[in-house]
Amino acid sequence: MKFKALTAIAALIVAPGLAMADPDDDTMIINGEVEMITKTAVPEHMSDTAVSELMSGWHFRSDETQALQMDDFDNPGMIFVDEGMAQWETVEGTEGNSCASCHEDPSSMKGVRAVYPKWNEDAGEVRTLAMQINACRTENMGAEPYKYTGGEMANMEALIALQSRGMPINVAIDGPVADVWEQGKELYYTRTGQLELSCANCHEDNYGNMIRADHLSQGQINGFPTYRLKNAKLNTVHARFKGCVRDTRAETFKPGGPEFTALELYVASRGNGLSVEGPSVRN
Amino acid sequence: MKLSTTILAAAALAAGPALAGEVAPADLKFDEYGSVSESLTGVPGDPENGANVLKNKSIGNCIACHQVTALNDAPFHGEIGPSLDGVGDRWGEAELRGLLTNAKMTFPGTIMPAYYKVEGFVRPGNAYTGKAPDGPLTPLLTAQQIEDVVAFLLTQKEE
Ligand code: HEC
Ligand code: HEC
Ligand code: HEC
Repeated sequence: MKFKALTAIAALIVAPGLAMADPDDDTMIINGEVEMITKTAVPEHMSDTAVSELMSGWHFRSDETQALQMDDFDNPGMIFVDEGMAQWETVEGTEGNSCASCHEDPSSMKGVRAVYPKWNEDAGEVRTLAMQINACRTENMGAEPYKYTGGEMANMEALIALQSRGMPINVAIDGPVADVWEQGKELYYTRTGQLELSCANCHEDNYGNMIRADHLSQGQINGFPTYRLKNAKLNTVHARFKGCVRDTRAETFKPGGPEFTALELYVASRGNGLSVEGPSVRN
Repeated sequence: MKLSTTILAAAALAAGPALAGEVAPADLKFDEYGSVSESLTGVPGDPENGANVLKNKSIGNCIACHQVTALNDAPFHGEIGPSLDGVGDRWGEAELRGLLTNAKMTFPGTIMPAYYKVEGFVRPGNAYTGKAPDGPLTPLLTAQQIEDVVAFLLTQKEE
């Protein structure tokens, strides 16, 4: 009660500048059917951070951009799901297989997006979804791997993510992945480049604030791959990481490399509890 | 031959190695509060040019983080840092010079970048290319641009 009254007063005082910049309270219901979790409690491992509530990047976008994601007929990312579907059924490589040969319908991928990156026991490594897709292409199909951040990879990721639409992200951070997760956390808080900025400087300490014309979000990856109005294509997680690191005037890491894999695991875990949204729409 | 001279000239224009008579980044003298009292160039700053440095996305881009009413002709002022309205009442010349060259000497751990610093970075890149640098880094602003910005900030007085 008391708290509410105080916030109300604070809102009155600061209203002009902040009203526009605050993340909104809209609810995302896709196709009038699927209600998405776009705000939720912070996971235990983030209790010592400045984040009080997890929020999807969707809340920080304009009403127009938000609307595009709420109807599959309007979401430009859905075209790429169709392309992913065509790839799914295409036989490629020396073994005469398509993805469908072994996995049948893409609906067999339900729940997969929500738990990646995850530990692969046989390979003894943390695998991103992209790494797993390429492992199936090279090992199970005898086909060339997709370019890690390329269009075909993004299409396939969109198809697979869609099967988990609405399910809460739930990546494991302990057990065999614990060391990699720690490495990712370290990267998240390291201030890089000549501008000496860390992911946390922008996405933890300043989400909700404007940086020039951009409304800073929490830098969540539950919406990937994301269709960006800015480049009119689907964007992969590591391509986005690369752009953000480059913008600190730093030398970036290689997409698909161990650093970005660790960072992806850590960033994914900062979204544990938010719905899988891919393919989402951002600006 | 011709190519390399062009590149050299371009580098010097952008923010080249300290010119004769300029204080180099490594020779800055901060006092215990993070102020720098000595002019970096000995040439008085030009506030108009300083205003341009604050606004221009490819130069200082200070308004990415700061709101400045006097610069309202440029769109989109950020809100990461405090408004710079009246900043000339709050800080003196030496303090502002210190804040610009390396704000971390005044505000330890601040998000504000150091505009006259060339060493001590983690994975510095070649400007915004994402690639490794191909030579020594140049500071984000030239010595004279720093002086120009200081001159502009000193004009920001609240009536
Ligand atoms: C020859 C059979 C075969 C083919 C062809 C194949 N896979 Fe797989 N895939 C497997 C096996 C086996 C596993 C690991 C066991 C499991 O999870 O069922 C697997 C696992 C996966 C997983 C991880 C599932 C999880 O629960 O973690 C994904 C994602 C995947 N495959 C995608 C693809 C895609 C996309 C293609 C086509 C480009 C493909 N696979 C082609 C056999 C195949
Ligand atoms: C200088 C500030 C800045 C830094 C530092 C920064 N980012 Fe970003 N990032 C942005 C901006 C601006 C956007 C676009 C608006 C938004 O969603 O915040 C963005 C967007 C993103 C997105 C897309 C979010 C979505 O909803 O689609 C992700 C993911 C992301 N950043 C991750 C990172 C990671 C990881 C790091 C550290 C390696 C990082 N960022 C560092 C400014 C920054
Ligand atoms: C990435 C964001 C960012 C950028 C870019 C930035 N600043 Fe700052 N600045 C800040 C923050 C945040 C503070 C407050 C100090 C603190 O507590 O960290 C600050 C403080 C200041 C102050 C002291 C303000 C006061 O009234 O106490 C001045 C002056 C200043 N900045 C000038 C500039 C100038 C000039 C530029 C461009 C050359 C610039 N800043 C670029 C974030 C930024």
